[in-house]
Amino acid sequence: MLRLVRSCGRLTLRTLREMGRMGVFLGTTLIDIFRPPLQGGQLVRRIYFIGSRSLLLIVFTGAFTGMVVALQGYIALRRFGGEEALGPMVGLSLIRELGPVLSALMITARAGSALTAELGIMRITEQIDALEVMALNPIKYLVVPIFLAACITFPLLNSVFVTVGIYGGYIVGVELLGGSSGAYFTQMSSAADSSDIWMGVYKSLSFGMIVAWVSCFKGFYAAHGAEGVSHATTQAVVMCAVLILVWDYFIGSVLV
Amino acid sequence: MIRLVNVRKSFGSQTVLSGLNLDIPDRAVYVVVGVSGAGKSCLLKHLIGLMRPDSGQVWIDDIEITSLGRRALNRVRNRFGMLFQGGALFDSMSVYDNVAFPLREKTQKSEAEIRDKVHERLFQVGLAGVDAKFPSELSGGMRKRAALARSLVSDPEILLFDEPTTGLDPIRVNAIHRLILDLHQMLDFTAVIVSHEIPAVFSLATHIAMLHQGVIVESGSPSALQESNNPVVRQFMSGQLEGPIDVY
Repeated sequence: MLRLVRSCGRLTLRTLREMGRMGVFLGTTLIDIFRPPLQGGQLVRRIYFIGSRSLLLIVFTGAFTGMVVALQGYIALRRFGGEEALGPMVGLSLIRELGPVLSALMITARAGSALTAELGIMRITEQIDALEVMALNPIKYLVVPIFLAACITFPLLNSVFVTVGIYGGYIVGVELLGGSSGAYFTQMSSAADSSDIWMGVYKSLSFGMIVAWVSCFKGFYAAHGAEGVSHATTQAVVMCAVLILVWDYFIGSVLV
Repeated sequence: MIRLVNVRKSFGSQTVLSGLNLDIPDRAVYVVVGVSGAGKSCLLKHLIGLMRPDSGQVWIDDIEITSLGRRALNRVRNRFGMLFQGGALFDSMSVYDNVAFPLREKTQKSEAEIRDKVHERLFQVGLAGVDAKFPSELSGGMRKRAALARSLVSDPEILLFDEPTTGLDPIRVNAIHRLILDLHQMLDFTAVIVSHEIPAVFSLATHIAMLHQGVIVESGSPSALQESNNPVVRQFMSGQLEGPIDVY
């Protein structure tokens, strides 16, 4: 019994210590954002890496998500004779929920894991120590550009995901299943307002911060050896995915 | 003068430095030897503030660095260069960009001035003409020399070497040692080298110390260490399995 209590205590302390370190890491990053100079070259390189190189994946997954929502939505709505509600259903679900969440999960899988591995390898090969020895701030040099790039690219990639998804839904719902073309877009535009679009933007922006924060933290403090980097990468992806879904609920309940 | 006073460092229950005292004079080539895992790299990282001791002091001239904030510590670090065990070259940059990196990031020099300085250092380490190669395209010895060029490009007063010849064949070990000596004579820096390359380091060092169980057990000139009666030093020098050093 005593051993169980001791194990629980140790786990709690370890978790609290890790949360504290993550909090300090985030705080330091946010402060360093406002410290000149801005690493412009690094920022562009990171925008290209997170944004441009995720574009094809986002287009592909966005299109098929819209198509699946339209297919399942059409089948369900036809039972009640409400096929004209297909447009709002596809649009709102993509704008408010599926776009931000799925695009964030996709970018985590493609870019977040790679960023953790990259920083982890820099850590174990002492490249991060080398920056410190040169009297350069590694958080300012390595983490801040990733953080800013994520804040810029996540909302943009989300908008691509949603746009492609809506047209994917149109192809299935209207072109393949024979729904009304006019009703699809007219109903969608009358049902969705700017608050829905802003919700999507806020969500994707906060998911971008979460992915950059967790991925960088795990890579930055990766333990020694290839196993350490692999462990950090797995942890980063899992933690990002869980935090995205948990945060999605909370932000969704606040921004109803 | 670099001075460590009663420096202690532990990781969990493992004590690495247990009250270490060390004085390193200016412009010396000071070699610290010891068995693998003795804490040599840890000692080196304390000198430049990459690690902070649990207790004790680290003095660089008249500045005690263990309590400094980031900005003040960076001012001290500007006087240092460091050659890491694996070189720590940036994978994504060419050799030229690696060597130019500290100048681009920390000075206002023009690109032409940077180019001249980088080529001078690459020439001095025998790497003229490899500007465009990436670290992954270099041999182990070339990587070390490129990293040495990068650590020298800012004209440091103190240069730290973390096992500069690990993984190299005996000829390249001697070549790197000769290079360090030549550069030391040419550029007049203080060199602190951790190594276990016995007896190759004897030709390199002006001072030598042996680290064992977290303290310096013997220090002095290379000849004094070779003639030491300390059983720990004698076992390390001879490489015998039997003795006070627990091999396993």
